[in-house]
Amino acid sequence: MEVDVAVIGGGPAGLKAAIEIASRGGKVVVLDENEAFGGKLLAQLHKEPTENKWWNGKEVALQLMEEAVSHGVLLVSGVQVWGLEKGWSVYISDTLNRPLPSTIIHSKAILLATGATEKPLPIPGWTLPGVMTIGAAQVLLHVYNVKPGQKVLIVGLDVLSLSVAQSLLLAGVDVKGIVLSAHKELNEQQSNILAGLAKLSTIRHLAPNRMLRWCGFLLKFSPIQFLVAYFFPKKGLRIAGIPIVLKKALVSIEGNESVEYVKLASLDSFGNRIEGSETSIPIDAVCLSGGLTPLSELAAIAGCKFVRLDGLSGTVALHNSFLETTADHIFVAGNITGIESAKVAMAQGILAGKSICAKLSIGNVSNQELGSAIEHVKSTRVQSKFQFHSNIREAREQMEAHWNLEMTERRPT
Amino acid sequence: MRVTSPASKNKINFQFENHTYEGLEGDSIAAALLANGVRTLRYSDQSGEPRGIYCGIGHCYECRVYLEELGEIRSCITPIQEGMVLYCGGRRDGDGG
Repeated sequence: MEVDVAVIGGGPAGLKAAIEIASRGGKVVVLDENEAFGGKLLAQLHKEPTENKWWNGKEVALQLMEEAVSHGVLLVSGVQVWGLEKGWSVYISDTLNRPLPSTIIHSKAILLATGATEKPLPIPGWTLPGVMTIGAAQVLLHVYNVKPGQKVLIVGLDVLSLSVAQSLLLAGVDVKGIVLSAHKELNEQQSNILAGLAKLSTIRHLAPNRMLRWCGFLLKFSPIQFLVAYFFPKKGLRIAGIPIVLKKALVSIEGNESVEYVKLASLDSFGNRIEGSETSIPIDAVCLSGGLTPLSELAAIAGCKFVRLDGLSGTVALHNSFLETTADHIFVAGNITGIESAKVAMAQGILAGKSICAKLSIGNVSNQELGSAIEHVKSTRVQSKFQFHSNIREAREQMEAHWNLEMTERRPT
Repeated sequence: MRVTSPASKNKINFQFENHTYEGLEGDSIAAALLANGVRTLRYSDQSGEPRGIYCGIGHCYECRVYLEELGEIRSCITPIQEGMVLYCGGRRDGDGG
């Protein structure tokens, strides 16, 4: 198969980009290893924080697919990309090992829109059936209407874990609480009460009432954090019906064939384990939230240069404001560029689509149009209430600075 | 352990480890099995430990099961089909044992 652009990843970013390219007459194929298109949109179902309506990811995905098909985008599902060779050759194989008519796609440009994956929280007992990532719980619940378990413990406090906890409650699951891991050495201060409280301040917009929102704001300041840590109730604080337990932490997950119970240890105000304080509670499913990070394997295979930006959740492919990477004709859009919302992913998809068209001289994309698309991403970001990173804007600026530095270093002297 | 069972969805029968289970059209194998209370999808090749769904998005390969004729597949991203015959994932020798 020969195309102008191969889009790898059929989520909101990939689909929007493909629509842009196809609407200008470009030949574009979207590849996804799942049977259905839509990426993580399919698992999203929540009330919009600012407006009084629901975000139904499945419906949005359906609309994008219909739009893509109507513009002549080639949609190929059930196919995984395992190799990329400059030129570009995209090597594919079938997700179910079935024979394919062709195993190489030749394309002039590639858009990597592969999204994100979860960072592990390797707690003893984490391989037991019944222990899964928070993302897996979200998929099971929202895509398939299946409960991860009946008595669930969530580990890790962030926008995603709180949101899924709320969904689980609505589904009739007994959510025992959200705790942190007792194993300080494994994760960036996950078990530190102060870090937990700082986290609470970043998700304060989800708090149900004004008082809690103000508390969340005040928690940004360390002296107050110390005070709150001292007075924090041992049984936890209920936010939207979910017990947020910061003075007990998860030591291990136990069971024979599957999760049966968990061991928790009590913590002092500084987050240190209190000797001999272990208790056990019966649990049948544990959802681990270690945080999301870009899924960049193909960017590495393509030879992209990477930068490490904690504000974007880890190692991210270096890219410019037109979403172009350091590898020739390789572009990125969506969560692979750093963790943000679906709306930002879509805005980035539009930008990437226009950018690629400009690069390949498909249609007539003006500089003005590109400028507007860049502004659209920024304004979508500002409006977004669901932020995984509190410093996303600074992180994006740092990315730009890194790019400028890279380009300066490359200039022949 | 399903939240709701929409009457509009078709029921699909499939086999896993010689038991017949019922799922709904559109279910992934892993979701259909979990809805039936089945959490163990395979036993670790090295330690023999039971393993199940972990990432749920096809990235980790923890959920692999064995599909007759096509081999090891990821149960979290593969939809169930009527009459599918599946076994626990893991090392298989010629006679499927």
